[in-house]
Amino acid sequence: MSSRLLPHPLLTPALAGVWLLLNNSLHPGHIILGILLGWLIPLFTLRFWPETVTIHRPLLLLRFTLVVLHDIVLANLVVARRILGRPEKLRPTLVEVPLDLRGDLAISLLANTICLTPGTVSARLSGDRRTLLVHALDAADAAVVRAQIKARYEAPLKEVFEPC
Amino acid sequence: MLNLVLPIAFALVAAAFALSFWRLLRGPSAPDRILALDTLYINTIALLVLLGIQLGTALYFEAALLIALMGFVGTVALCKYLLRGDIIE
Amino acid sequence: MLDTLLAFLVLAGAIFTFIGSLGLARLRDFYTRLHGPTKATTLGVGSLLIASSVYFSHQGDGLSLHEILVTLFLFITAPVSAHLLAKAALHLNLPRLGKGADQEAGTSATGPDIATERPDR
Repeated sequence: MSSRLLPHPLLTPALAGVWLLLNNSLHPGHIILGILLGWLIPLFTLRFWPETVTIHRPLLLLRFTLVVLHDIVLANLVVARRILGRPEKLRPTLVEVPLDLRGDLAISLLANTICLTPGTVSARLSGDRRTLLVHALDAADAAVVRAQIKARYEAPLKEVFEPC
Repeated sequence: MLNLVLPIAFALVAAAFALSFWRLLRGPSAPDRILALDTLYINTIALLVLLGIQLGTALYFEAALLIALMGFVGTVALCKYLLRGDIIE
Repeated sequence: MLDTLLAFLVLAGAIFTFIGSLGLARLRDFYTRLHGPTKATTLGVGSLLIASSVYFSHQGDGLSLHEILVTLFLFITAPVSAHLLAKAALHLNLPRLGKGADQEAGTSATGPDIATERPDR
């Protein structure tokens, strides 16, 4: 029953939060309107959200978010140093990363994370969704990049979204 | 201190604009130019935020938000055009 | 104290924005150029927005948090545009420096394409 009235329990608070941020106020009227919008929009756009998302380990997701934020700051410093250094010394490499993740959201989150973290940009998902092509700005060894992506970003995402 | 730093920040962002424009004109390929446009809109957001701090008004924030939205949609549409030769299939 | 923090954030943001564009102008092939704007600029604009949030919260009128929205939006969209640009460049077979993956990069570019065509629809 709750799934009919509230098809996406996570979308409702997220939309309400965005509404409050957009209005930049915590007025009770805005809170009520935000919750109303957060409830109505998922109901009317049900057909566009084929996948229901369940978060199995919220604390791990929080820890993953903190790790990613830390890595974003680190990534910026690393990339800034590479840009200011001599361009001839860069060793750009294309790396293929085999994926264990299956869900749409999990794969998109992984690809986004890869783009935001040190020296890597995800370039293409293969047709069978089994490998992700990643471009590394400065990598001596492709295996190191692959192992780091798998251990640091893919493993927590897999536990959060698709434990088995 | 902030008053001292703001002109330097404006100068740096203006230099960033100049560099992106140079890449936009130079090319050499279409994705290079799209990337330059993408960088230009992000630089515009930075400039608007700085202007908001300088003038002490929050009015520019809405413009920054809209540019962020439109710039992203523009980049995606141009990339889709390169990938597919068509935007709306 | 607050003034120093603001000055630091504004300066750091402007420097990172500049370095991002410098990377765009300076590096030698498209794929390495892609790294500058997507990363350096994200943190640059991010810290400028945090500075703006601190500044307007300090000005009065209560807490000003809507800058977070732009930051969040940029953090979500910047990787997506970078991914699409990299895919477009691979599709067009742009010249690339450095080592490649095991297969030739451009060969499967014409195959079924997941991000734009979902098999289950």
